[in-house]
Order: sequence, then C-alpha cells, then structure tokens
Amino acid sequence: MNSIRVVVAGLGAVSPLGLTADEMWAGLCAGKCGISKIQGFDCPEFPCKFAGQVPSYNILQLVPKSHRKAIKLMSRDIELAVIAANEALANSGLITKGIDPDKVNIDPTRTAINLGAGLISCDLVEIGPAVAASTTDGTFDIRKWGKLGMEQLTPLWLLKYLPNMLACHIGIIHDIQGPSNTITCAEASAHLAIGEATQIIARGDSDIALAGGAEAKVKPLVMLRQYFLKRAVTDNSISAELACRPFDIEAKGSVFGEGGGVLVLENLDHARKRSAKILAEIVGIGQSTSINPVCERLEPDGKGLKIAIQKAMAEAQIQPDNLSLIIPHGTAIPEDDLAEANAIQTALGRAATIVPAWPTKSMLTNTGAAGGALDIIAAVRAICNGLIPAAKNCDKKRPGCNLNILKEPRQADIKYVLCCSYTHGGQTAAVILKKFEN
Amino acid sequence: MARLKPTERVAITGLGIICPLGNDVETFWQAILAGKNGMGRNTIFDASTFPTTFDAEVKNYDFSKYTSQPHLHGFCSRGSGFTIGATVQACRQGRIDVESTSPGDDIDRTRLGIYLGAGEGSIDNETFFASLAAGWDTNTDSMDWGKWTKVSLAGLKPTYELEEEPNMAAAHIALLTGARGPVRSCLTACAASTQAIGEATMLIRRGDADVMITGGAHSMIHPMGVTGFNRLTALSTRNDSPQTACRPFSAGRDGFVLGEGAAILILESLTSAQRRGMKVLAEIVGYGSSSDAFRVTDMHEHARGPIQAMNAALIDAGISYKDIDYINTHGTGTAENDSIETLAIKEVFKERAKSIPASSVKSMLGHLIGAAGAAETIASVLAIRDGVVPPTINLNDPDPNLDLDYVPNKPRKMTVNMVMKESFGFGGQNNVVIIKRYE
Repeated sequence: MNSIRVVVAGLGAVSPLGLTADEMWAGLCAGKCGISKIQGFDCPEFPCKFAGQVPSYNILQLVPKSHRKAIKLMSRDIELAVIAANEALANSGLITKGIDPDKVNIDPTRTAINLGAGLISCDLVEIGPAVAASTTDGTFDIRKWGKLGMEQLTPLWLLKYLPNMLACHIGIIHDIQGPSNTITCAEASAHLAIGEATQIIARGDSDIALAGGAEAKVKPLVMLRQYFLKRAVTDNSISAELACRPFDIEAKGSVFGEGGGVLVLENLDHARKRSAKILAEIVGIGQSTSINPVCERLEPDGKGLKIAIQKAMAEAQIQPDNLSLIIPHGTAIPEDDLAEANAIQTALGRAATIVPAWPTKSMLTNTGAAGGALDIIAAVRAICNGLIPAAKNCDKKRPGCNLNILKEPRQADIKYVLCCSYTHGGQTAAVILKKFEN
Repeated sequence: MARLKPTERVAITGLGIICPLGNDVETFWQAILAGKNGMGRNTIFDASTFPTTFDAEVKNYDFSKYTSQPHLHGFCSRGSGFTIGATVQACRQGRIDVESTSPGDDIDRTRLGIYLGAGEGSIDNETFFASLAAGWDTNTDSMDWGKWTKVSLAGLKPTYELEEEPNMAAAHIALLTGARGPVRSCLTACAASTQAIGEATMLIRRGDADVMITGGAHSMIHPMGVTGFNRLTALSTRNDSPQTACRPFSAGRDGFVLGEGAAILILESLTSAQRRGMKVLAEIVGYGSSSDAFRVTDMHEHARGPIQAMNAALIDAGISYKDIDYINTHGTGTAENDSIETLAIKEVFKERAKSIPASSVKSMLGHLIGAAGAAETIASVLAIRDGVVPPTINLNDPDPNLDLDYVPNKPRKMTVNMVMKESFGFGGQNNVVIIKRYE
C-alpha cells in the first residue's frame, strides 16, 4: 500500500525574540531573553510585571493592498498569525495570490489551514467608553447597555475575536480554499493542529497545509486568568532575564507572552516535484489526556503525557535511544515541570536522562496556542543547523527532574526530535520530527 | 509515515442531547416531529432593551443529576454543564462506563478519544462590567488600570476563569469517562461540531482510536454574545413573536435565533462495535471541509466554499449526489445563508436539487452555534431510523427565489438511507458529513 510522507517546507515565526524565524533562532542560540516589563497596562496594582512582547511592526505594510481595509477587523492574535503565515509561505517558495497573483503555483483547493488559537480576549479600551455610557450612579446598568452602550461598538466587533478568524484572514490573503480547522486546546493547540494537518495531507485530502498557532496573551484579563490559576511569575523583584526558569529548583511559574508560528507542511512527492527545499519530516504524532480534578495542573505522574509520547514513538517506529533532542513543554510551573519530567522519564526510561533536553520558554516565554509551533520551528532549525543551543536559567535542576538539560550548546547530527506539549484542561500531545533523508 | 491503512467503517452507537427542545434524545425528536419550537423570552440575563429580547434556552436542566461527583464540575460553564448530561446519556446507550475505576465495557481507555466542537464560556459578567465601569475615566477617555485591576482582583474567581476556556468541555468528558485516546477540541464557529464529527471519523478510520466521544457544546446566550450577534444584525428581531421568528427559506426571514446546548455522539469502529455486540444506529461515511477564502463578513457569492465541501464529502463517501435522500441544511434563517445554501444545493445536486427534501431543524431548535452541527446530525440519524424527515417550520411565505423542497411545516414519512448534513461558519469554514443507514 502506498503511504504519503509529510515534510516541512517552510517556517514563519514571530516571537518576543523578533519578527522572523531567523531572528528567533539567532536569539535562542545567543541565549537571549524575550522578557520585559509589561508596557500596555502597567500599574502598581497589577500582580504580574513581566511578559514576552513582540517587537513593534506595522501591519499595514504586511498585508496586500486588497486586504488593507480588513486590518480593522484583526485582533492582535490575528495579526501575529498573518505575519507568521506570510513568512512561512515566502520561505517555502510557494507563490499564492497574496504573494504574486500572476505567478501562483499552488492549487488553492488542495491547500489546507490548521491553526491553534486561544480564547481571544476583547480589547478593554475599546469597550471602556461603551460601558461608561451604560452606568447609573456609577454602576453598570445592562438596560442602558442594550439601548446606548452596545451601539458604540463597531458592527463587526465580534468578528475580531472568533478564534477561527486567524485562519479566515490568512485564507483570504493567500486564497487558500482547502480544509480548515482551528484547534482551541490552549497550550497544546499548535501541536494538535500540526498533527491534524499532517494527517490531512497523509490521507490525501490536501497537498500542502499551513499549520501552527498564534496567540497574544499579553492582555490584562488573559494575564489575570493565569495569575489566578497560580501559573504566572509574581515575584517582581527578580530581573526579567532570570524570571522564567523551566525545571530549575528556583522556578516560580511561567511568564506569558505573545507569538505566532506557522509551518508549511507538504506531501513529499508534491515537494519533490517543485524541487522544494525540504527542512524535516514529521514521522510521529501522539495524543492523550491528563485526567486531574485539579484541571489547571498536569497529573503528578504525568500519565497522560507519557501515553502521548509512547504513541508518537510507536508511530515513528523508533526506540528512545534514537532520539537526539527533546523539547519539553517546560512551563517553569514547579509541579508541572516535575510531572512532565515524570512523563518523559517513564515513557523513555534511561534515555530520558541522556538525550539532551532543551526547554525554550525561559527565552520565548509561554505564548499559549503559539508556543508549540515556536518549539517545533526551533526543532526544525536545530535539525537543519546540527546544533542544540544551551538551555537558559536551569542552573540547578529540581530534584526528581533527571532530564539532561544542556548548559552549553552542542553540535550534533540530529536525527529525531521529540516535542512535548500539554495544557490546563488536560490535552497532551507529542510530535516527532526527523531529519529528512531521501 | 506508514499511513492510508485499510479503512475502518465508522458506526454511531450512542446519542445524547441537552437542548432547547428537550433534555434527552427522544423528547428532542418528538418535539421536532410535532413541529414545536424552543424559543422564548431571554431569562438568562436582562435583555429587555437589546435589539433581540428572545432566544432558545435549555430549560429545567441540572447537570448534577448526571454525576455522583458534582463537586468536580462545580464551576463549569453552561456549555460544559450541558456536555455532562449529553455525554452520560450517549455513554449509557453506547455502553461506555462512566465514573468507574474499573470499567467493564471492553474499551481500551488509550483508544477511547474525545473530539468536540466546543465554545468558550461566558465571562464573569458582573466583575467584567464593574471593573470597566470603575476603570474607565471619562474625563481623559482612558483606562485607569489601577482601578480596573482592583475591582477585577476582588471579583474574579479562579475556577470560573479556567472554565471559560473552550477546551474545558473535553476535560469534563475525560473526568467522567477516563478517556486517554486522541483528544482535540476545535472552534470553527457555526461549523465546529460537524468538523469534530468529521475529524473524529478520520481518527477511527486511521486506526488511532476504537471509540470517539464527539459532538459539540456551546452557549453564547450572555450579554457580550448577544451584543456581538446583534451588532452584526445576524439575529432575528421579531420580539413580538419568538415562536415564529426563525423562518428559514421564507421571504420574511430576518435572522437566526440564538440557542444553546450540547449534543454528543459515540462513534465506534465497526470492528469494535461488532465485538462488543453494539446496536449500530447509522454510519458516518463521508466528510468534507473547505474555506471560502472570500471576505471576512460574507459568504462567497457563488457558494464556492460550500460546494467544495459538499463535493468533497460525496467523494470521500464514494457516492454520487444521486444517492442522497435528504439534506439536513445549515438553514439559519439569515437572508444570506439561505440564498447561498440554496444555490450550493442546486450546483451540487443538479437536476435532482428540487426533488430532494432539504429542511432546517434550526427553525425549531434555534442556532446552537458550536453545538449546532452535532444536534442536527442526531436529528439526521433519527430521520434514518424512523423513516421521517424533519420539517422546516414557519415556512408560510416562501421566498420566490428559493425554490427547493424545504419540507414546509410538516414532517414527511419517507425512506431515508443517506443524509447530507451541512454546516457553514462565520469566517468561511464549511463542513459537511454524510450519514448512512447501517446494513
């Protein structure tokens, strides 16, 4: 029976380390930290001071002329997805209607989009005046809102915040008409979206897929939600550089950030026909769930993540010793780091203590639905460059965490990379990438 | 990757629903056959001054009846609460043990998966509006973040905040059933749960799971949800007559009626269903997905996306348009959807377009948004079972431009072997599944 191989043929990343995948990789190699003080809503009362913020950009210059009117319907989450998708397509050599309408070399109906997206928070500054116009004696009055308040919102207000609008805008800009899905499994979203896109190509429903995720978590309500779940760093006395410490004994939580990561996935035969530069192959996907009544934490023994890793290894048909690199989810939330280490150690046995592990959130921050895509892009770059950069801020491992977290960069022939992910709510995922060989 | 395994057939072995027409499958179905509807005045919040003051609500429902551990689900959103009841019902019929530490249902938990099209929960309205009222400085037209933060910190509740996340409905199913197989949750607006059913089918076909708990859950009946749809002018504003407000394919249609609910289907590989001695209710045999890639606000004028999804589903099922007996439409009752959907049916079904019954369950059920496609798929399964097609009610003033057989006002007895179920989302994501009588 024929089998379809699925390869990575393009990368696009916007992150706290820069507006391109090159800038992200250079930053990761240099051990650069993407964390800074929150700029948008800083005040003494706000409990978290640190965030991973994307450098400034002008979205008007980043969309084709035909789409400029639509930028007022783009929340920041959508913008980040659009920027990453633009880069991924340019990087792949594919030409869409949005790149050059005269030289299109994709079949729009054979191209899919599958993105992870977050619970997009509305812009509070936009709603402020409408709420202020709906008060009686300083108290919100919903009857006034119905009459006077809501009219102050732009008629298309809702469309800025539907999670599937990330894929919608990209689809319009680049004329992509094939299967489209939006996975909303919080921090596991991008792994799951990339997994599903791989399966869509493998079953023959598309030749090409844009897959990844984007989320802008640096918003007051979103940050407070993480604070309430005791997942965010609240010790503001430490320096930004040292704030996020995955697997370190001094870890005190995640620093949340914003980002977007998109990969161009392609049927190998299709990629070969157009002589595409092939960056890596996707060879294993595993999924499961962590079942914990305390839904915001991974179950302590990491069973749900362990099952996902085992399934991905089985699909890739490899043994733990075959792995060259592990990129764990590594949130720097102490209980979760320990549970994840348990999962990796029970799934891989002794190899878990030998194969280099490289958590990235100390530099990239926790970008929610984008995080998995940024990690998988980093894995592809590691394979292409034959380099495992040093981990940052894991100076002394938390007892019980026996992963081999490198303090120095290492040159290596990277054959297989395991990328792990899990989220509050329980979904777990593992993706295995392979160095491309004919 | 070694893929394209021999295709597993995908059977439906359980159904469950909590919706405006009733809190179990038979009540829901009898209401449809009687042409009843679930609309009424909004009792969830004070919408008396909103452009739309009515909706389609779930009534007399208490999720704690369905669980021996209600404390585990205490702060769940409305949508997740509905999910609990619908899941327990579907699992009963599908013989999946719930809340059991040693299940005796002969299902490997690592091969029992979940795929939902589930929506977000409501924000904490009281704190949300109070914090904005306190924080917004009308003198400077700017936000005083200190004041906003103080009110938010005092009012917001951690567990409630977590439960707003759209992936939490899936978490509640996992807690109930112990499912450790593939788990995903998607949100492609009004097409989400049809997509979930389609992709769950694919996971069984690939051999990744033996059993999938799939469907949808959503409630957008909260102030910002209704505000959003009212601003889009997508909702009917027939406040004087909620019962006749949703009139798909009528000349006088003026929008959809916002509903809420959860609908769950148990999908199972035929091999597993036969091994467990399950009664097969129907099969899912086709799935197609597409994007309009046209405009943020409008459907493609020539129905490009819906046509592609419908054709993709037919190809996936290996059948012709001539094999379809009944079309369960998206049929929202908005001017645009019903026109474009009619056009799509004409393109795909050619000379047969006018002779295939195509009805809208939303005329009775309301629009369950993320949960809509799954609820309507359940109606499609029952149409096959009972040999009767649901009506489109409130169809008394036909739109002269819409000339298909919409099954006006009364259900129709007929043999139904193959159903096409269509769902089209805001943002242009289209999903179609094909349901077949099991033989």
